[in-house]
Amino acid sequence: MHSFGYRANALFTFAVTILAFMCAIASFSDTLNSPTPTAHVQVLSINRFQKRPDGDDEVSMTFNISANLRSLFTWNTKQVFVFLAAEYETSKNSLNQVSLWDYIILEKEDAYFRIRSTNKYRFIDQGSNLRGKDFNLTLHWHVMPKTGKMFADKIVMTGYRLPEVYR
Amino acid sequence: MDWEGQKLAEQLMQTMLMAFALVAFVTGYLLGSFETVLLIYAAGLVFTSLVTLPDWPFYNRHPVKWLDPSEAEIHPKPQFDSTSAKRKASNK
Repeated sequence: MHSFGYRANALFTFAVTILAFMCAIASFSDTLNSPTPTAHVQVLSINRFQKRPDGDDEVSMTFNISANLRSLFTWNTKQVFVFLAAEYETSKNSLNQVSLWDYIILEKEDAYFRIRSTNKYRFIDQGSNLRGKDFNLTLHWHVMPKTGKMFADKIVMTGYRLPEVYR
Repeated sequence: MDWEGQKLAEQLMQTMLMAFALVAFVTGYLLGSFETVLLIYAAGLVFTSLVTLPDWPFYNRHPVKWLDPSEAEIHPKPQFDSTSAKRKASNK
């Protein structure tokens, strides 16, 4: 501590150590939050259901998503990435996931929403397995904090079924 | 900066930084804003730097007392005897 440089070095080191410690506590404070998100998806119509020239099934649908994800936000939350995936089982793969819609929620106020949308990304099966197929719509989310650990969770909604015939 | 001043500077640096960190974290947590934590802590860091980095006069209140020059004359430094050293070297 006898010169300016030594004092500056000691100050900087100690300050950064405390900063890291504060970030760790902030990240830990996220685990005390027990969120209670709700989500509901209603499929309004199957707009198009066809076999593509290459033999794969493609679906276009319109759905209503209503969700309340406000409880995911804490003081340490930067943003929440949320996406809706169609999940179904085929003889070849026990789990197929197709992302239909996604959104980045930046503000807590925007986390309570009701959206009517067609699928933003194309719902194409790798094969021709979708006729009369039962599928789940799963709302996945990834919470991105300002500091520390990321969290991910989902809500699975069951009981959706595709038509037996192409249209 | 004398010895007491160095001790004081280090203690001041540590206590001030920890106090600012505590105030910043509690305020930010209560306001629900992580940005507030960083702002208060950065302000505290600047203030602590101003207090502890420069060699302020109050760090020099206990100057080191050197021995009187006359003391050194009473107890002179032992002289190196070059002749005896040479003799030892030749004996080997």
